[in-house]
This record gives sequence, structure tokens and C-alpha cells, in this order.
Amino acid sequence: MHPITTVHYLVLSAALLAIGTIGVLTRRNIVIILMSIELILNAVNINLVAFSRHFESVTGQVFAIFVITVAVAEAAVGLGILIALFRNKETLQADEIELLKW
Amino acid sequence: MWIDTVFFYFFALLTLTGAVLTVTRRNAVHSAISLIVSLIGVAGLFLLQQAQFLFAVQIVLYVGGIMVLFLFVIMLVNLDEASRIHQFNKQWVLALACVAAVSGELLFFIHKGASAFRLATPGAPAAGGLGNTERIADSLFSEYLLPFELASVLLLAAVIGSVIMAKKRV
Repeated sequence: MHPITTVHYLVLSAALLAIGTIGVLTRRNIVIILMSIELILNAVNINLVAFSRHFESVTGQVFAIFVITVAVAEAAVGLGILIALFRNKETLQADEIELLKW
Repeated sequence: MWIDTVFFYFFALLTLTGAVLTVTRRNAVHSAISLIVSLIGVAGLFLLQQAQFLFAVQIVLYVGGIMVLFLFVIMLVNLDEASRIHQFNKQWVLALACVAAVSGELLFFIHKGASAFRLATPGAPAAGGLGNTERIADSLFSEYLLPFELASVLLLAAVIGSVIMAKKRV
């Protein structure tokens, strides 16, 4: 069996990023779009930790902690907006929310 | 050493299967459960790379915190009729274009193997018997103290913002 190198982790994170991008671009449900954004941020974290291991430096893991912080803030605010939106519009389909179009 | 390989492929399979199911499931609760599986896979990958602190943070924060938040919101907003209508919009051409680049890299990797990618030379192992958590704390509280404090401001803004957004009357 081949040993696992940094490149394996990079390719895995690229695949996860692609799946998350497909989710953000094609799904109509806003809850699932938010979940796909979490997938994308996790792909970034895998990349950061892989390079942190590659260079034997802990900086990548520190930045992964910051990415997780931003992801938490984004999820909290996003879900708050989503509740306010559902109260006013009674829908969660991204293409039916067109308040800013005219 | 082969046990590392086995664990890597196991966690990678867990992560990618969970991600694909998250994006494709019709029911939002099923998507959330698949996302939990995917996040646990990512946590296992962190552990394989000797990032024990991030492993704990991933489990506690993502699997314990964010997913409970998602499930509460899914229960709060009624998604029954939303699961019966068409699930995908018409942007699949754009999605295909975005993914083609990454797929090219993936095929190149499978064709040529890991040695075809020339990364920078690996660093030497850190001196001293400090563990992972101690090293992160050293770096976080000396070199990255300002970003750390700014993150607390960001979290405060997020807390206030989400409470005001979810309030009945503003």
C-alpha cells in the first residue's frame, strides 16, 4: 500500500470543496445551502491542517481555529436571518425570495 | 504504517459519502444527519494528522453545537411542503464549470500519483516535548493575540445580530 502523503489530503479537500460548491450553486433550499457552506469551510480546514503537518508548524491549526470561529458566527447569523425570512415570506426557496428585485 | 492508510481511506470515504448525501437528500433532516457523518469524518482526519486539539474542537463545536442549531431551525420552520417540490435550480451549467477544474486535478492525481505534485520541502519536527495543545496555545496567545481578540468581537457581533434577527418585533 502507498503511504499517505500531504497530496492525498489536498485532493480530498479539493473533492469536498467541489461537492460543497455544487450544493451552494444547485440547491434551492436555504438550509441546505448553509450546510454546503459548512462543507466548503471544512475543506479549507483539511487543507490548513495538512500543510500544518507538512511544515511541522502549528500556524495552520491556529488559522483553522479562526476559520471555525467565522463558521460558527456565520451559521448563527445565517440561521437567524432564515427564521426572520420564514416568518415574513413563508418560504425557504432561494429563488422565490426576490424582495430586492424590481 | 499501513494502519494509517486504512484509517485515511476510511475517514475519507466517511467524509465524501456524507457530503454527497448532504447535497442530494430531499429531506432536510436527512441532510443534517449526513452532514454530521461528514463532519465526524473530518474530525478523524484531524486526529490522523496529530491535530488533537482541533479534533476536540471539531467534535464539540460542529457536531455538538452547529448541528443542534441546524436541527432546531429545521424543526422551527416547517419544511414539509418544501420537500415535495423540485429540489434543484437551473444553475447546473455553472456548477459543472466550477467542478470541471477540480475534477481535472483529481484525474491528474489518479493518473500520475502523489509524486507528480511538487510541494515545498517539509519542515523539521519541532524541538522540545511540547504537545499539540500547548503549541497552539503558545502561538495563539503570543503571535496571534490580536486576531484572537478580534475573533471575540466578531462572536459578540454574531450573538447580538442573531438575537435581533430572530426576535419577534424589532
